[in-house]
Amino acid sequence: MSEGRFFDEMWAQEDAARPPYNSFYSWITHEDPARLRAKQREAEEVFRLTGITFNVYGRKEAEERLIPFDIVPRIISGREWQKLSRGIEQRVIAINAFLHDIYHRQEILKAGRVPVEMIAGNEALLPQMMGVMPPGGVYTHIVGIDLVRTGEDEFFVLEDNARTPSGVSYMLENRETMLSMFPELFAQEKVRNVSNYPLLLQKSLAESAPSGIPGDPTVALLTPGIYNSAYFEHSFLANNMGVELVEGHDLRVVDGRLCMRTTQGYDPIDVLYRRVDDEFLDPLNFKPESTLGVPGLFDVYRSGAVTLANAPGTGIADDKAIYSYMPDIVEFYTGEKAILQNVPTWRCSDPDSLKYVLDNLAELVVKEVHGSGGYGMLVGPAASKKDVEAFRKKLKARPANYIAQPTLALSTVPIFTKSGLAPRHVDLRPFVLMSPEGIRITPGGLTRVAMKKGSLVVNSSQGGGTKDTWVLDD
Amino acid sequence: MLGKTANGLYWMFRYLERAENNARLIETGQRIALTRSGAPTDEWTPVMKTTGTDLSYAQKYDTVTKESAIDWMLRDPENPSSVRSSIEAARQNARMVRTAVTAEVWGAMNGCYIDVKSALARRVNERDLPNVLGLIRQRTALVRGATHGTMLRNDSYDFARIGTFLERADNTARILDTKYYVLLPTSASVGSHLDNIQWETILRSVSGAAGFRKAYGQKVKPSEIVDFLVLDKRMPRSLNFCCQKIRDNLGYLASEYGQRLEAHQMADDMCRRFMSHDVEAIFDYGLHEYIQDVVAALNALGHQIERDYRFFA
Repeated sequence: MSEGRFFDEMWAQEDAARPPYNSFYSWITHEDPARLRAKQREAEEVFRLTGITFNVYGRKEAEERLIPFDIVPRIISGREWQKLSRGIEQRVIAINAFLHDIYHRQEILKAGRVPVEMIAGNEALLPQMMGVMPPGGVYTHIVGIDLVRTGEDEFFVLEDNARTPSGVSYMLENRETMLSMFPELFAQEKVRNVSNYPLLLQKSLAESAPSGIPGDPTVALLTPGIYNSAYFEHSFLANNMGVELVEGHDLRVVDGRLCMRTTQGYDPIDVLYRRVDDEFLDPLNFKPESTLGVPGLFDVYRSGAVTLANAPGTGIADDKAIYSYMPDIVEFYTGEKAILQNVPTWRCSDPDSLKYVLDNLAELVVKEVHGSGGYGMLVGPAASKKDVEAFRKKLKARPANYIAQPTLALSTVPIFTKSGLAPRHVDLRPFVLMSPEGIRITPGGLTRVAMKKGSLVVNSSQGGGTKDTWVLDD
Repeated sequence: MLGKTANGLYWMFRYLERAENNARLIETGQRIALTRSGAPTDEWTPVMKTTGTDLSYAQKYDTVTKESAIDWMLRDPENPSSVRSSIEAARQNARMVRTAVTAEVWGAMNGCYIDVKSALARRVNERDLPNVLGLIRQRTALVRGATHGTMLRNDSYDFARIGTFLERADNTARILDTKYYVLLPTSASVGSHLDNIQWETILRSVSGAAGFRKAYGQKVKPSEIVDFLVLDKRMPRSLNFCCQKIRDNLGYLASEYGQRLEAHQMADDMCRRFMSHDVEAIFDYGLHEYIQDVVAALNALGHQIERDYRFFA
């Protein structure tokens, strides 16, 4: 990691705030800090009362926790966003084309752009999906692309989330909270709207319904239940889309269709936005011990009578080992150079790379290939010698399970602390919707922020917080 | 509506009603203890009997003391009917049915849970008890008010109301069943000090003391108490009132769904069999037996509603 300064999105220039922050900065410097502190507490109270919580795994007592919210927005100019959103769209199109290819003709393997063994031996490949065509040809109805910034024009994709990305409810609630606390700010700044996301999600899902359905398609959201870490988000989205929130035991296959048990009998579902992982979807076709899914669901899916969003098997596209091939994947399917850069990645399955990673472990970030949520990763520069050595053993035992990346100099945005504004590292997860009718990208996304000074880990499960994210109409 | 959602609404409001009723029973028990003259008697065992938790209490404690009885009924997690357990269960069900209640109802329920949980985090000492009980009554009333003021009058509301009134009827019936012997004409040495206290207890545990006086005058007759708690259509906690409400809300469901089911017949039968006589007929039948039959009929109706509306797979 290069010592020295990180790119701060508000203060990168010596003498004044960076342009997107100009008017916000002059606002906040004229505000009474005591009032802002009161507002910060008010925001926390709103989140607590609304029950905007998430559940942390592995903790008995703290069943539900609040994600810290910071009142300083993360601001992106319209021009910056235009470039980002073109890159995001390109990437999502490529991911979808890649999935279709992998589960059908596998041209990219034949062309040698991605090695066969990266796919053949990959646990994220779902053999049951071979030759299956999702309704409308869409695999990834909802995608979250995690971006980090290291300089004025340097954005990197940290990872793609093509399975069931979460966090969008925080994006929406953060905006609602800011709107109600600081209406005057929104009167002076032209901030692009995000609050129609649930409507667009509903529309996008309905557009993805199997063809030939009489009348409006019925959409439902499948949750693992109230103990899931993202249950708040599931109920929030179902509520705001006006669709039923179902669990596995509410569902049953009746006459070749997926149906939900209502007070008046079984009603068919056309599109299931499922927030349950592939292997739990159907005990007959996947994990037999799963109680979260529906026996026979995958057979209904294969017959084309229901849409699953996202399609099963999309994990092969956001696998961290496949990630390193994304520039090739984008070029192969779109015929263009990737607009968004990848972070250089060492695949530890490769002996030379492994050697490099082991030699430089204390400088690198090492992640599990299939991991998420910041669990099971090593941030070399922040870890103790003991942790690094413990990790070295794990890495040697199963090299193919890991990838490594340089420790990025993540940009910072100030947060509001007791002693005023202080920079903290951030990332950004924009949310993308895809249907046969097209791609919709919500301006902005969820900004996650490491609340601890110097920390580079922004995951909420590791104590990270969130900020409202503004894209300006400039 | 999902069968699960109907189930969640029904139980959310049953538990909410239960929390409120138990707070009221504790309040009554405490008042009796404070106003009693003469030798100490055990006021708390009958109170716990009313909530159906006297036996599980006896498994945990060797003796009945005021402190441990109040703690048991108020905040013991081992007691599934304690106020704290009930509020937690109500809120858990509310989380399950968040898409079926308004933001105001959810906010009131979540706020109720947060505040009651913190008020009951530690043993409540006698000095703070009135405030804590007041808080519980207030916060549960807020949920009820938000429900009344913001929910559409559709199936969601009907299941919420059915849960409320089944629980309330059950509670009133249990109070009567625990104390039925002091209401029998034979035991009534009218005007005796002990009976007066007992009658007062009964009326207070349904928040009905003042209402009773307004409706029946100052002179308390046990048969009139029975009339008030069982048959009086004006009294919102009487068995008759609750049964009519259950029947009404089932009726709304039948017209919304265009289908009459077994539960509707059972509700009609229950009202006709138990609520269409006068109080003398009830005494002739036997007050205790009558109450037992009503409790059984309420239970059977609850189970039938679960089946008819597919609460479970």
